[in-house]
Amino acid sequence: MAKRKETARVQEQTCIAPGIFDMWIETSLAQDAKPGQFINIYPDDKSTLLPRPISICEADSGQDRLRVVYRTVGKGTNEFSGYHAGKEISILGTLGNGFPVEKASGKTCFLMGGGIGIPPMLQLAKALHEQGDCEVIIIVGYRDANLFLDEELAKYGKVYIATEDGSVGSKGNVMNAIEENGLTADVIFACGPMPMLRAIKKFAEANDMEAYISLEERMACGVGACLGCVCKTTKKDHHSQVNNARICTDGPVFEAREVDI
Amino acid sequence: MAELMKINTEVTIAGVTFKNPVMTASGTFGSGMEYGEFVDLNKLGAVVTKGVANVPWPGNPTPRVTETYGGMLNAIGLQNPGIDVFIKRDLEFLKQYDTKVIVNVCGKSVEDYLDVVERLSDEAVDMLEINVSCPNVKEGAIAFGQKADALFDITSKIKKIAKQPVIMKLSPNVTDITEMAKAAEAAGADALSMINTITGMKIDIHRRTFALANKTGGMSGPAIKPVAVRMVYQAANAVKIPIIGMGGISNAEDAIEFLLAGASAVSIGAMNFINPYTTVETIQGIEDYMRQYQISDIKELIGAVK
Repeated sequence: MAKRKETARVQEQTCIAPGIFDMWIETSLAQDAKPGQFINIYPDDKSTLLPRPISICEADSGQDRLRVVYRTVGKGTNEFSGYHAGKEISILGTLGNGFPVEKASGKTCFLMGGGIGIPPMLQLAKALHEQGDCEVIIIVGYRDANLFLDEELAKYGKVYIATEDGSVGSKGNVMNAIEENGLTADVIFACGPMPMLRAIKKFAEANDMEAYISLEERMACGVGACLGCVCKTTKKDHHSQVNNARICTDGPVFEAREVDI
Repeated sequence: MAELMKINTEVTIAGVTFKNPVMTASGTFGSGMEYGEFVDLNKLGAVVTKGVANVPWPGNPTPRVTETYGGMLNAIGLQNPGIDVFIKRDLEFLKQYDTKVIVNVCGKSVEDYLDVVERLSDEAVDMLEINVSCPNVKEGAIAFGQKADALFDITSKIKKIAKQPVIMKLSPNVTDITEMAKAAEAAGADALSMINTITGMKIDIHRRTFALANKTGGMSGPAIKPVAVRMVYQAANAVKIPIIGMGGISNAEDAIEFLLAGASAVSIGAMNFINPYTTVETIQGIEDYMRQYQISDIKELIGAVK
């Protein structure tokens, strides 16, 4: 189905860690949602006009509902965190390309999430589990012992945890967890902060692995028109005719070798 | 039920007739492909394309966009695929639709502009909009739009070779907009469009850095509308050529304000990013307004407030 903007309804919302909110939204957009895609959520406050792009954490197409897990970082997400069940919201979706789940077939996969990059890994883990033809190793990094989604992720694969302060699992980041546990895989799917993605790109290149990384950038439209959210590409991009791809439409997921980050 | 009152929403600018006065503002709508998923492009008065240069431009580093109170700043830097691909891909795409096509032309030097204008001379393009007002590139663009003599010079050179009517897109970042409007008119411009974005800046106090990599950007969105209405009114009272008004238009009420101030047509810009249906909703709203006030011809509204 085509992308569309619609009025959706908040079903429930809970705070699952300090500053991390878990919201279920009743919407038909759930039917089209692929792991790694995102939706735009529009604040009601008209001084904050631009939509907030938020990755899909889970899609329940049978029940027409989507789940987003997000961190409050400013006016828009602070407004969202106050929404209760029944609240009507404007959303646009589904946006972006999503993770290429077919690349996992017959392989051992790392699903790596750092901080607020963890939520899309849940929908991906679920999809790969349903696909049933690959082995999934989940590696997630947090700041401290305030973990979230780790127990749900464990339903779909073995979970390794890293925390910056060393309070749970390996001390450091997801790369430290790989090293400490001697983990190996054929393909990587990752979402997280830029330093983590850079480390993954380097790791994948050194080990000749495919790595599909989800990027983020400041966006306005979310549909490929404004050219705000570009990333540098290693080859000339077909659409732009320069070495720029649009994260919102050509991404947010790119094979690590395709992008210069 | 009573039959709907017959209304005429057609407007004519420099001999080109548009089915209604609602267009898209350059740079906010690509060449229509992305928003064709949301709106029927056949319903639009015109699609005004993203600026195109003679060769591909990479644009500025990111972040390129940031939100401001009731609006946004952008510093895309006129990233574009260059005229060759634009003709083959974008213009070919637009040929499928029953709407007018206005191509926004940018360049670093007068020669660059002339090159693009010449390349478009035999293409299916209804009008040219000359971008002499982008605040986000270091060379060209706004350099031609902030001095009346430079504006006169480039306008007359383009008019000499252009096969299509020429719209000069004016910058609000000037002391006296009427001086610029008069210079463009004197040089033979067929129409004016205004306003381009207002140069602004935002500082991220948490990271203690500029919100945009380019430091400054062009402000757009509802917050700039009163400035735009004022400038359209001033220019409309200073020149005889038609004006396409834009700047923060969110709905039919805003569009009608510009028409009453003296614009013959309007463009929807940043609001496409917030509501992709803004263009068609604005067209419907204008029709509703005309029926509500028994206005049979939209031309009755243009410049009606003196």
